[in-house]
Amino acid sequence: MDHSAEPQHRTTSVQTRAYSGARSPDRHYRVDSDGVSIAVHEWGQESDPILLLVHGGFDFARTFDGFAPRLAARGWRVVAWDHRGHGDSQHAALYSWDADLRDAIAVMTHVSPHTAVPVIGHSKGGALMIQLADAQPYRIAALVNIDGIPSKRPIPDVAEHERTKMLAGEVAGWLDHRRRTATNQRKPGTIAELATRRGRMNPRLDRGWLEYLVTVGAFESEDGWRWKIDPSMRFGGFGPWRPEWALARLPGLAMPFLGVLVSEVEEMGWGTLPHHVTPYLPVDGRLEFVEGAGHFVHIEQPDMMVDMVLELFERVA
Amino acid sequence: MPTEFLTHNKIRLALHHLRSLDQAPDPQCRPLLLLHGLGERSPDTVPNWAVAWPGPIAALDFTGHGASTVPRGGGYSSEMLLADADAALEALTGPDHTSSSTGITVLGRGLGAYIGLQLAGARAPQVYGTILCDGPGLAGGATEPTSMNFFALANDGQPPDPYALVELGRDLRPPDYATSFVRLAVTGSPLDQPITVCAVFHPAWLEAAIGEHGVAESTLGDALSSYAALR
Repeated sequence: MDHSAEPQHRTTSVQTRAYSGARSPDRHYRVDSDGVSIAVHEWGQESDPILLLVHGGFDFARTFDGFAPRLAARGWRVVAWDHRGHGDSQHAALYSWDADLRDAIAVMTHVSPHTAVPVIGHSKGGALMIQLADAQPYRIAALVNIDGIPSKRPIPDVAEHERTKMLAGEVAGWLDHRRRTATNQRKPGTIAELATRRGRMNPRLDRGWLEYLVTVGAFESEDGWRWKIDPSMRFGGFGPWRPEWALARLPGLAMPFLGVLVSEVEEMGWGTLPHHVTPYLPVDGRLEFVEGAGHFVHIEQPDMMVDMVLELFERVA
Repeated sequence: MPTEFLTHNKIRLALHHLRSLDQAPDPQCRPLLLLHGLGERSPDTVPNWAVAWPGPIAALDFTGHGASTVPRGGGYSSEMLLADADAALEALTGPDHTSSSTGITVLGRGLGAYIGLQLAGARAPQVYGTILCDGPGLAGGATEPTSMNFFALANDGQPPDPYALVELGRDLRPPDYATSFVRLAVTGSPLDQPITVCAVFHPAWLEAAIGEHGVAESTLGDALSSYAALR
């Protein structure tokens, strides 16, 4: 018996705000991932070689509306999907790292069942793809990871009992949130208000872009706009997972690998620096460090990033 | 015995009242919550090994098990089942099921023991003793990352959900993660020994927990008597 809800919102015909260089996908369709409906978006000619884009946590595929069209213009069929609970994908009953990986496999199997394709993953999407490249290397021809290599954060210099107290607050806060999830809704607001909220997590992105994002990542109802992301999801959390575990999978990757790190630390990034990653680079891997750029470097400097990643992919092709 | 359905996000959880407050030999005794093992479901009646508990007894079917919702597409984690158990705690400490106490005692088998340990730490002031017993899913997965892979599973919507069996059978259980919940329990609990281990098999997470202050080892009968005697 399945009580999980269908998408609580529909993709609307709302006119998106214009933003220089941004373009809506050319095609939208849905892929079923064992009962969870995943929204897929494509830019570019269907006959062009496939390139996958994987978004990060609390993001959605349309955040590639500036980056993807530039890749498509260089001769690629760019495919991105909304993770479950994000964007236009279904709000699932359960969320986990493993489930996100299975959803990725469902999309990959749909678009390129027998041929490895190049993949670009941003943030959590990059970390997911490191694990997938390790578990199913036959699916990924080359991998670019944009500020998505987790590393061990410095442990706060506090006494053990203080750390226990902090964990107690985190766990109780998360459980209190879970008790409210059946009735929770995202807070409504105007386009400007949602853009302001998003701006707190994306402090380096300009106002015009943030307002554009609202019109493609939120839906409008009688009392205002709400982000589409499942209100049961919450930033942060706790669990046994350690960020540095992702690094352990990196040295074994056989496909060409490019890691991109940035100098400006933001709330949504891990703050990983080159010296954290260099010892773990795979044999065919290299690292680029972009000075003066933040976690969303592909939005801040899309043309530079397109040149950087296509240099790798064109070599592979 | 009546089954109460709780709502945890999009999941309908079955909480079976095996012995109600008015049937309890000692209605002043706090409720005992039974948490089943991986792939199991709650018993239909009070099991022989729990009969000695003098208070009310309830048993929760975790997500994907028994009479609770089997969701589509998997995505299980121990932490999500902790939230299932927390929903049962909230229900059992409400006015319908508790007379004078604001807390419960927890008895977990296998996977339910691991979830019980987490609940003991997460809601320490409301959990008056947690008993950890052998059962399916006690070991869980490795203590650090493995070369595991990811596949869609055949799933007819009937319990137990195969995704639950696979994902909860291999979830990572680093010993220091388990001991962090022991420390939460010891810090927040009104009891000196808020956790009692009755399991014979000690996987790494449980062995580490046993080594912590505030964790006792005992027989099941003694553990039930000891926690039942608390007022």
